[in-house]
Amino acid sequence: MKKEIIISGFGGQGVMSIGKNLVEAGMAEGFQVTWAPSYGPEMRGGTANCSVVLSDKPVGSPVFSFPTELIAMNGPSIDKFAPTVLSGGLVLVNSSVVSKKVERSDVKALYVPCEGIAYEVGNPKVANMVMLGAYVAATGALKPETIEQMIHEMFTGAKAKLVPLNLEALKRGMACAQ
Amino acid sequence: MAKELWKGNEAIAEAAIRAGCDCFFGYPITPQSEVPEYMSLHMPEHGKVFVQSESEVAAINMVYGAAGSGMRAMTSSSSPGISLKQEGITYLAGAELPAVIVNCMRGGPGLGTIQPGQGDYYQATRGGGNGDYRTVVLAPSNIQEAVDFTQEAFDIADQYRNPVMVVCDGLIGQMMEPIEWRELPKRNLAPKDWATTGKHGRDHTNVVNSLFIDPNECDVHNDHLAAKYAEMEKNEVRWDEHNCEDAEVIITAYGTPARIALTAIEQLREEGVKAGLFRPITLWPFPEKALHDLAAKPQVKAFVDVEMSSTGQMIDDVRLAVEGQKPISYLGHAGGVMPTVEEMVEAAKKALKEVK
Repeated sequence: MKKEIIISGFGGQGVMSIGKNLVEAGMAEGFQVTWAPSYGPEMRGGTANCSVVLSDKPVGSPVFSFPTELIAMNGPSIDKFAPTVLSGGLVLVNSSVVSKKVERSDVKALYVPCEGIAYEVGNPKVANMVMLGAYVAATGALKPETIEQMIHEMFTGAKAKLVPLNLEALKRGMACAQ
Repeated sequence: MAKELWKGNEAIAEAAIRAGCDCFFGYPITPQSEVPEYMSLHMPEHGKVFVQSESEVAAINMVYGAAGSGMRAMTSSSSPGISLKQEGITYLAGAELPAVIVNCMRGGPGLGTIQPGQGDYYQATRGGGNGDYRTVVLAPSNIQEAVDFTQEAFDIADQYRNPVMVVCDGLIGQMMEPIEWRELPKRNLAPKDWATTGKHGRDHTNVVNSLFIDPNECDVHNDHLAAKYAEMEKNEVRWDEHNCEDAEVIITAYGTPARIALTAIEQLREEGVKAGLFRPITLWPFPEKALHDLAAKPQVKAFVDVEMSSTGQMIDDVRLAVEGQKPISYLGHAGGVMPTVEEMVEAAKKALKEVK
């Protein structure tokens, strides 16, 4: 297996976190992983992105021209990256923020109202966890149990109360891909 | 030991602490600011010194002072900041002081861009300051190497009493990858009995100095340095060959482009093109003989040098090593643009087509 994923959105939408969660879960499942962020002034209010590779072989290039999947958390991300997704690939669109559709017939598109669901489960900050759930269910690249375990490890002590919220967000995201 | 996920710059900083770095002097600049940031938090925890200096020039001269008193000293910066440090680096080399200097390269010239670059190859390998000197230059291509080389750099510096550079580019500084913290073999190092730590009843005075007014003395000093550089060339040269055994076209690259080349070679092999990678790990001393011998193999038809540089810099060393035995073509970008897998695949095919 080799997944080359671009996660893109406004700074503050948890774009970098989705990428980190993917590589941490990938590591836990024994995959070779890399995480490469875009960096620079574009991160302040503009569109930020990171490139993630999950592979069963050692990772050569951590950056790539044609992703297998795109996670687009905002509109500019669709404009910039949707044309580059490999034919037969997948575009996950945060439909709470993005009204436009993916105008390609050779890639699959999945629309996930991340912030909408996050509000419903009680906290807009878990929008990224909703998207992570949708990615995991739509691709089958990682096991949901791995992400659940990671959530338990991420929120401990005083933050342990956030575990049920994140698990719910993950579950609702996964349901979007069923 | 379990693998841990680390960001390049932070891993380099932690590696230095584990290598016994006593003093870090630095100044922020993208894309290496996480090195001083990490050091500012963690050096005091270990009872070590962190100073954010008023400028890069001040930082390198603080390194000179600390190294002169026998401390393991380090500084880090990115391209324009490393240019400012050149005076200090030549003084370190002239006064025979060990120090570790990390350059997390960005695009140039001038202020250039904050995105990854490799335009400082000449500066790093030719001695960027005045006079005849060399620094051992280690070029990691992944974060495990960045960690291992940073630790070893301190030993190499101490062994030869000479500055050692670790050069990576913005991508390696910024990216995250799993690494393993491992015990590296320690070198057998002589005590620093030359350091200026106070006389303590010694019968002679230790002097740290790079000034030799008498030309004959300066000549002798230079001969001594040259002999040391010859030792480094003999002992420290390192490189990596990937899929070169049967390769007809060889990509030469270091750092990030070498990683991108690994993916390009995988694609080329899937298409039936016998491609390989020759990756210098020490940019100085350059693996000249190894590359010369590789070029002499009958099945090797062509070389493609790939760098994040518009004109190509390492390609000069590649040419010197290949000595005209085989044609060398060039693929490069500067200004923060990285060469792509697709470009490398195309360049390799084109190079082969031209000789067949």
